This record gives sequence, structure tokens and C-alpha cells, in this order.
Amino acid sequence: MDLFEYQAKELFAEYGVPVPKDKVANTADEARQIAAAYAAEGISKVVVKAQVKAGGRGKAGGVKLADSPDDTQEKAGKILGMDIKGHTVHRVLIAEATDIESEYYLSFLLDRANRTFLSICSVEGGVEIEEVAHTNPDSIARIPISPLTGVDHAKALEIVRAGRIPAEAQEGAAILAERLWAMFVDEDATLAEVNPVVLTPDGKVLALDGKVTLDDNAGFRQDLAKFADLASTDPLEAKAKEKHLNYVKLEGDVGIIGNGAGLVMSTLDVVAYAGEEFGGIRPANFLDIGGGASAEVMANGLEIVLSDPAVKSVFVNVFGGITACDAVANGIVSALALLGERGETVDRPIVVRLDGNKAAEGRQILHDAALTIVEQQDTMDGAARRAAELAGTGSARTPKGA
Amino acid sequence: MAIFLTEQSRVLIQGITGGEGRKHGARMLAAGTTVVGGTNPRKAGQTVELNGTDVPVFGTVADTMAATGADVSVIFVPPAGAKAAVIEAIDARIPLAIVITEGIPVHDTAEFWAYATEKGNRTRIIGPNCPGLASPGKSNAGIIPADITPGGKIGLVSKSGTLTYQMMYELRDIGFSTAVGIGGDPIIGTTHIDCLQAFQGDPETQAIVMIGEIGGDAEERAAAYISENVTKPVVGYVAGFTAPEGKTMGHAGAIISGSAGTAQAKKEALEKVGVRVGKTPSETARLAREIILSL
Repeated sequence: MDLFEYQAKELFAEYGVPVPKDKVANTADEARQIAAAYAAEGISKVVVKAQVKAGGRGKAGGVKLADSPDDTQEKAGKILGMDIKGHTVHRVLIAEATDIESEYYLSFLLDRANRTFLSICSVEGGVEIEEVAHTNPDSIARIPISPLTGVDHAKALEIVRAGRIPAEAQEGAAILAERLWAMFVDEDATLAEVNPVVLTPDGKVLALDGKVTLDDNAGFRQDLAKFADLASTDPLEAKAKEKHLNYVKLEGDVGIIGNGAGLVMSTLDVVAYAGEEFGGIRPANFLDIGGGASAEVMANGLEIVLSDPAVKSVFVNVFGGITACDAVANGIVSALALLGERGETVDRPIVVRLDGNKAAEGRQILHDAALTIVEQQDTMDGAARRAAELAGTGSARTPKGA
Repeated sequence: MAIFLTEQSRVLIQGITGGEGRKHGARMLAAGTTVVGGTNPRKAGQTVELNGTDVPVFGTVADTMAATGADVSVIFVPPAGAKAAVIEAIDARIPLAIVITEGIPVHDTAEFWAYATEKGNRTRIIGPNCPGLASPGKSNAGIIPADITPGGKIGLVSKSGTLTYQMMYELRDIGFSTAVGIGGDPIIGTTHIDCLQAFQGDPETQAIVMIGEIGGDAEERAAAYISENVTKPVVGYVAGFTAPEGKTMGHAGAIISGSAGTAQAKKEALEKVGVRVGKTPSETARLAREIILSL
């Protein structure tokens, strides 16, 4: 789960990572009130920063300086509602403007290739680290961090020295790194990036911006719900999550339901290939119903997929490994009955491919149920093609009991 | 022969008294696996009945190994206890630990991997978040259905469970030496490369099918390894061409970050070193069949 800058900085503050004074505002009026309170404390200049989970906010006009409460209100009003790389700005962060002497880069992240953690540090901050990697690769230090020993003060100094952070900022940067690591571990983060780390003219080292990703698998020991972003979450994804379904909304026409993450990803690809023939038909979603596809899970899955108005056909692709296909077939039959009872109109064709464990029994169950909207296909490729074709031709209906 | 798991393997189950442990323990026994025992510290000394067979329960992995000669552990312990379970297996120096558990925080996996490394990697770890491995007709350790395919000439390594089953099913006429599900998490123990190396050295394996998916650069590194070290034919498949950037697609590790980890880059890296990559699972199976029949 990616956090907003303001959430990342709340965590930073909790762990003693020094950050400028700031507060999040949902409206231009709130922004004004925050700036007015700051002004009363003698802080006249603030930065108004769009809160979106996308890079390049500055270039997009989502970061502006303001020198009075009125100015803050005006700038916040302009930034709120902006679209930055497809993300609508719902909040702005009002932060005390910081005088900057130098900007550096520091992060901790998961190093998948080496199966450990990594710290990246560079004397060049304030620009994307990928860009620095191109323009000045020698300025970037990559220090492996053992999950067993972590980052103590000595290790933190090693990191900032390797990143060639100058002597006057080393101590402050090392303290920042040590505390950032504590947050990284205690919060189950997979990324904690500070860009820039700044040195102020009076010698302070601060985290001016922050990017944090938390591990979704740590939900059993972390309160991830408090970071949930309901305003920007796709409503169908939110609904699916409530029902504990692994669903990702995509832009397309064929609703996909399958078992197993790899098989479902593969199903999306196969549908997209088949769809090329029918005018660029694409998969509408990723939905993995997992191992035990009960009627209820299947009904919930179908309900979510069918509540996407863009869906013109559905492809249910199941390989029975542990899952038995007869149970899946019964699941589909009861799911459609259940949806009927819930008052849902199921009017789009459903192409089903069952293979593997008890496939013959499953196919027979669907055949006997003679559901007008359900059509069976023998192979994954054939079913993908048929689902794409049905989506391409719109209101096509399949013969009874096919 | 097979890799990692043979008819001599003696399997214990960590979490044998839990729902998953019992269910899959019974399936493993039915598949002919020598299941010698399991662990649950609170139920040591009791037995658990799996399909009519009473299997002894011990307090620790070390006790189970001492009493039964177990050399493989299959771990079904839920996420909160998984790290401790793997560390226990490492401390007991069991040669092979297969971590089926899905949903382990990556900090825990990083920690037990670092611990295994510090202890000299005496324990091969497969997983987490994997279906385990099957050497059809010999032994089955994990949750891969045993009846999809007989033994044969193909070695299979895959990040995905159901795609593994699909591929085994498509190539059941040829059969498999060993199929290894290495798991879909961002950090895993045994990698594609480890399996490629083992299959290259396994006389029974004549061709290798490698299944990858978006996220990380394991497939790219495997491609580099193949060009230097693998002389047996390799057929590849990569899932996730249509996956959007920044979204986790079911597996915790299946995520494209920026421009890194795309299916296209993986496919290109594999093709560059002469690996034939199928567009769909069926096409991949066709390619593998063609190669086997031409040998």
C-alpha cells in the first residue's frame, strides 16, 4: 500500500525523523485556516503541496509557494481538484517553507534480487533518483542492509558517507537514517524514501518529502486500514475488498474470473490477444477467487464483475487443481440463482472453461442446468476467443444448454 | 532421478494438526509420499489420523527428524508463526523446507532468508507462497495435485500454482521429472536459477519449462544464467502482459514498478538467449512438445 506524502510524514514525525511543520487540508478554506494559524506563530511562507500518489507534482503545477493566508487559500483552491497523471487532488499539505542549502537523497527498500534490504543514498537530491542514475551514477551509493543487524548509528554514518553527503550534514543525516530505518522495520514498510533530505542554512537536516509503501501482508499486525484512501479507490475495488476478493479494475470489455493469480494474469493476456481480432477487445478486470470457489464466492465475484457497466461478456476460467470443477460448476449455478434472488439482472453472456480435477462432472452440471447465458468451451484459448467475440458483437446470445 | 524430492524423501509437516496440514498431509500420503510425522508443540506425543494412517506428532522439527529420519519439511504454519517455523527448520538443519504459507510479511521472509544464509544455507528453502514440488510417481511435497501427470522428461519451474497445474495438464502425455512451484512473493528461497541448475544436472530431465510473471527481475537473471550454463532446451512463458503499472496482481511479488518488471522485458530477455517463449500456456505446451519429440 502506497501512502500519501502527508501520511508518510505523520509516520516520520512519530519516529522522530525531522520534518517541517505541516498539516493536511481538504478544502481551500481549511488551507487558509492552517496558514493563518502558522502566521500567528510567525511562519509567513508556506508551501501548498498536492497530495497524490504520483511523481512529478511540481512540474504539473501541484506545488506552490504562498506568502499569506489569502494567498494560501487561492493556491490551494487551484490545486484541489487538479488532475495529476490521472489522479484527482483531494487534499493539499500546507507546510512551513524551508530555506534550502543543499538537497540529498536517502531511501530504504526491498532488494528483491539479493533477497535483502538496501539503502540508497546520494548527495544529489531533489530530482528523481532514476534520473541521477543516468546523469551521475557515481554519486549514488547502494548499501545492502542485513535484516538481522539493521541500521545502527555506525551503519547510518556509513550510508551517508558512502552517498558523499558533506561533513556538515553527516551527523544530522545519519540520525535521520537511523530513525527512518526504525520506521521501515516497525511499520513493515517495503519502501521509505526521502527526496529531498535538505540541509538548511542554519545546519538542520530535514525530510522535505516522503514516499512510503507498506506491506499488505502485514495487515495482521499493522493497522493498515487507517491509511485507506477511500476517495481515490475505485468503487468496485473497494466493494471487492469488503468481500475479501482479490480484484483489480482494468479498462476493458471482458469480465474475468479465475482461480490462482498466475492463471488469472495469463487469462487476461490470452483474452487481450484474442480480442485483437475483434477490434481491440480487452479484459475488464483481474479477479482471483482462489482455491475453494464456493457458490457464495462465485456469486460475489460475478456480482462485482457484472456491476462494471463496461463488461459485455464474462470469462470464467478455472483449472481444478485442489479445487474440484464440480464444486465450481455448482457454484456458478447457485451464484446465478443467488444473484437472481438479490434482484440482479444477469444479462451478459458467461463463457466457462473447466479443466482438471472433476472437469467432466463440472461440465455435465453446467450442461444439465441449461442456463441460457452460460456457454462452455473446451480450452482456455477457445474460451478466451469466444468471450472476446461475444464482447465484440455486443448483445450476442448463446444457444440454450451449449 | 528428479530434483530436490525423490522416492527416498521422508517428509514431515509443520502445522500437521491444522486444517491445511491435515488435508494436504492426507493428499501427500495418498500420492505415495513418505509422510513420517509432523509438529505441534502443544500436541507432542499424540497422533493425527490422515486417511486412516496414524501419523505421529512431535514437539519440534529436531525431535521429528531424530525419531523418523525426516529430511523434508512442508510448512503450513499461518503467517504470524511462519518465520519462527522456518527458523526452527533451519536450526534443525533439515535439508529441504517448503513454505506453502501465503501472506507472510516480507520483513519476516527477509529475516529468515538472512538467517538461513548466516547458517551457511544448509537448508534449501522453497517458497513462501508456493504450491511446493512434485516428482510425479515418486513423491509429492506441498499442494500440487498428484494425479495431473505421470513422471516423465520435462522439468518445470514456476512462480504460479495454477499455471503449473495447467502446464502439467497440457503436457501430461510427456510427463514431468519434477515440477517446482517457487512462489509468487517478492523474496523467495529457491529461484528459477537454482531449479535450472538442478534440472541441467538431472539426467532424467530432457527439457525445461520455465514460467514467470511480472515483477522483479528473476526471469532476466534466469535468462543470463541460461545463456551461460544451460545446454538443455528451455521453453518459457511469462504472465502479465496486460497488467497495469503499480497494481499488485494477486501475488505479492507480481507488480510492475515504473518500467521495471514488465512481461515484455522478461520475454525479450529470454528470447535473446534462445529460449522460445509461448504467447499462451497452450502455445508454450506446444513448443515444449515439439522440442521433446524432436530430441
